[in-house]
Amino acid sequence: MTVNLQRTRASTQVMAAGSALEPMTMATAEEIAAQEFSSVVEKHRLQIFRFLLASMRDVDLAETLTQECFLKAHRNWRSFRGESSALTWLMRIAINLQKDHWRNRRIQFWRHTQTSSVDADEASEWLPSGERSAEQQLLAQEQVKLVWKSVAGLSERQRTVFLLRYVEEQDLKEIAQATGLSEGTVKAHLSRALGKVRAELGGER
Amino acid sequence: MSLREGFEDAPDLMLEQALKNFRASVHAWSEAAYNRPRTAANVVRHRSWRLSAGCALGCALVAGSLTGVMHERHQRQEVARVAVAAHSAEHGRKVATGRTQAQAEDEDLLATVDSDVSREVPSALEPLAQLMVEDEAKVSNVGN
Repeated sequence: MTVNLQRTRASTQVMAAGSALEPMTMATAEEIAAQEFSSVVEKHRLQIFRFLLASMRDVDLAETLTQECFLKAHRNWRSFRGESSALTWLMRIAINLQKDHWRNRRIQFWRHTQTSSVDADEASEWLPSGERSAEQQLLAQEQVKLVWKSVAGLSERQRTVFLLRYVEEQDLKEIAQATGLSEGTVKAHLSRALGKVRAELGGER
Repeated sequence: MSLREGFEDAPDLMLEQALKNFRASVHAWSEAAYNRPRTAANVVRHRSWRLSAGCALGCALVAGSLTGVMHERHQRQEVARVAVAAHSAEHGRKVATGRTQAQAEDEDLLATVDSDVSREVPSALEPLAQLMVEDEAKVSNVGN
């Protein structure tokens, strides 16, 4: 939302400059657009990377797809009309890139797949200790491992919805906009994903 | 929006705690990965190795297929050349045989025509010679 406001403010300044002083040149417009875009990159790069990393569990691939996402966004920045937030728009691009990647990987089954994706055990090691005791830390790690395990078993859509909701903390409307699904469908996917996570955790109890 | 609001379907505290830990874990991991020193050189080398291997394989395939095509073509041309030579030799032989046969037939025909058409032609001076013989006879008779 902040980005939208920034974009609107910048555009208003441009219009004011154009009407009061002299017609805005193409170079000025491009410069303003570049500034807007670089601020968007700075603000959302980590979030996009985090979502892709959680989806793929592969640092190199997440970095590559993040770069592709911003490259694509840069190419289409002029066509972004601000109907949704910049983050939602970027997230939509990232989701499509991720889909394309899985599709290509399914087609190119003979290709040697990268082995840099980590398993649930390794991923669950990343947990800030905070003020927890060693026992609590171990328990938390075990929980995270189980959640990773169940996330790996989710369908592509369920996983996307689950990560957007519980890692990126987006609301249903934002998730629906980013995925292109209706809010009802998002709710259904989320419910199924949560059911699977609960079942996984419940089996451990 | 807090996580608690999304937990109508999952009131379980343990689930809530697990999801919070999961979120914290993903955030910690992504931040560490995001700020890690990049190993671009390795990636580039790896990719360039793959790229060059792919190029080499592609070139080998193209060269192999071209060689195969050329060889096949050469073989075909060779076979065609041999076939043409054989055919022309056969044709030449046939033509020569035909010519000899035709010549023999012509000679036979001419001989037949000669034998059929030709006859004894009387000498052009024969009537005169006869007259002279008759005259001589008359003269001798008169003399006697």
